[in-house]
Amino acid sequence: MTEQALALRATGVRMEYRDPATRERLTAIERMDIEIPEGEFVSIVGPSGCGKSTFLKIVNGLLPATEGEIEIKHSKGGSDHAMVFQDSSLFPWYSVQRNVAYGLACRGVKRKEAFARALPFIKLVGLEGFESKYPYQLSGGMQQRANLARALTVDPELLLMDEPFAALDAQTRELMQVELIRIWSEAQKTVLFITHQIDEAIFLSDRVIVMSARPGRILADITIELPRPRDLDIKRTPRFVEYEEQIWRLISKQLSVGPEAAA
Amino acid sequence: MTTASPALRPVRNERDRKHRSPLQRWYRNHEAWVLGASGVIGFLLLWELGSRSGVVDQFFFSKPTDIASAAVREVQLARFWNDVKVSVWEFVTGYTLAVITAIPLGLIIGWYRRLSYMIDPWLNLFNSLPRIALIPLLVLWVGLGVESKIAVVFLGAFFSIIIPTVQGVRTVDRRLLDVAKSFGASQRLTFTSVVGPATVPFITTGLRLGIGRALIGVIVGEIYAQTSGLGVLIVRANENIQPDRMFFGVLIFTFSGILGVAALRRVEHYFDRWRPVSEER
Repeated sequence: MTEQALALRATGVRMEYRDPATRERLTAIERMDIEIPEGEFVSIVGPSGCGKSTFLKIVNGLLPATEGEIEIKHSKGGSDHAMVFQDSSLFPWYSVQRNVAYGLACRGVKRKEAFARALPFIKLVGLEGFESKYPYQLSGGMQQRANLARALTVDPELLLMDEPFAALDAQTRELMQVELIRIWSEAQKTVLFITHQIDEAIFLSDRVIVMSARPGRILADITIELPRPRDLDIKRTPRFVEYEEQIWRLISKQLSVGPEAAA
Repeated sequence: MTTASPALRPVRNERDRKHRSPLQRWYRNHEAWVLGASGVIGFLLLWELGSRSGVVDQFFFSKPTDIASAAVREVQLARFWNDVKVSVWEFVTGYTLAVITAIPLGLIIGWYRRLSYMIDPWLNLFNSLPRIALIPLLVLWVGLGVESKIAVVFLGAFFSIIIPTVQGVRTVDRRLLDVAKSFGASQRLTFTSVVGPATVPFITTGLRLGIGRALIGVIVGEIYAQTSGLGVLIVRANENIQPDRMFFGVLIFTFSGILGVAALRRVEHYFDRWRPVSEER
């Protein structure tokens, strides 16, 4: 496979902001250059505060970058991109079905049609039978399933995921990782996934991009050559652990000296 | 291991308590209601007995049975129903005007930051100003008639509603606004899907406060400019030293307030169906 079509190209993205307290100009992201071919699953890991979520917001158009350019493959029928947000980003006053149909409503699709088009995605993420429930009636894992379905419904070229499992307990998190792999292979999407969990990044991705501490820049771009389909047992294979150690060494050097850095 | 261990004792278990009769169970299920009612009835009984025995001065404090018979006498008079009509009209008109202006204005002011900077000083000024103090001015402007009272009611309710509404729009969850923006929601959809629903609890709080303020407006407006209405009924009863009639007038206002708030709770309940049911205490 050479010269595949790209789903995302970020060139020279730089992000500065003014600290509201000290009025100092700070650099959140020094420079980011990323190319993601269509259909690839790419994760960005890095120490907290390295600007990985900021980068995702820039790609999503929620924040303007100070410098640089973002190009995303234009979608013919659906959206160019859609975001799976962190926890509690469902509208608490809407049912699951209405939440999932929200992206379509934003595109001017009539309520009835949007509801109908949401159904297969509700089924895909395994929330069949919960269509009329409100978010508070769902567990954290189920809420994130709905969150994922909401993004998939608009048929995006690029799926952005901002630490979607960060608030889940360890077991639910692993289960959701397996689920995400299943859904990803069915939905055939390009994914840019942000996490601070190294094993999560390796387990899910074709490539893991490691970012430095603030100001963020790319330390390494590691291709994960683990066979697919993957299941949770792969996390205990020597190859997987090697990747974990490689990435952990890169990140731990970035952490300031303290009890956490000693591990 | 089944060795006897003298240090261990069974934990006292609720189940071991004695069995309850159906009446006891009914009482436990309705305890709050039963105790509330007996509190009210007990107080009325004390009042009645105190009044009859002379401990409480009947001349000033009347007694429950006198108030009840005053009520029976009043409701047979055409003048009373005219008073009711006037007061209800003042309340409904003033309150409705306040609701239909304060909610949209509050939403707009809360949404546009610069606009809210401009209007905030006025909101604060009017909120700290005892609006009752404006009655003489209002009477000067619109006369002694029903209009001045409607104006007082309106001012009372308007600021009680608009201030929490503005507050509600300003505190809308940023994350949900990001979701709307990320999916490319139009300004209109952002309003109906995020800002509106998030602000509903604030608006209903304002509506509830507004009922109280509006009732104060009715009564004070009528006491100041005595043409007709239930406020006038209270003043006249006072002039004739009829505490039973005064109490009756006061009770009408009290119950209107209670009824209004209860009706609003139903509305609130409808809008809150997406919220987890919170157990009291």
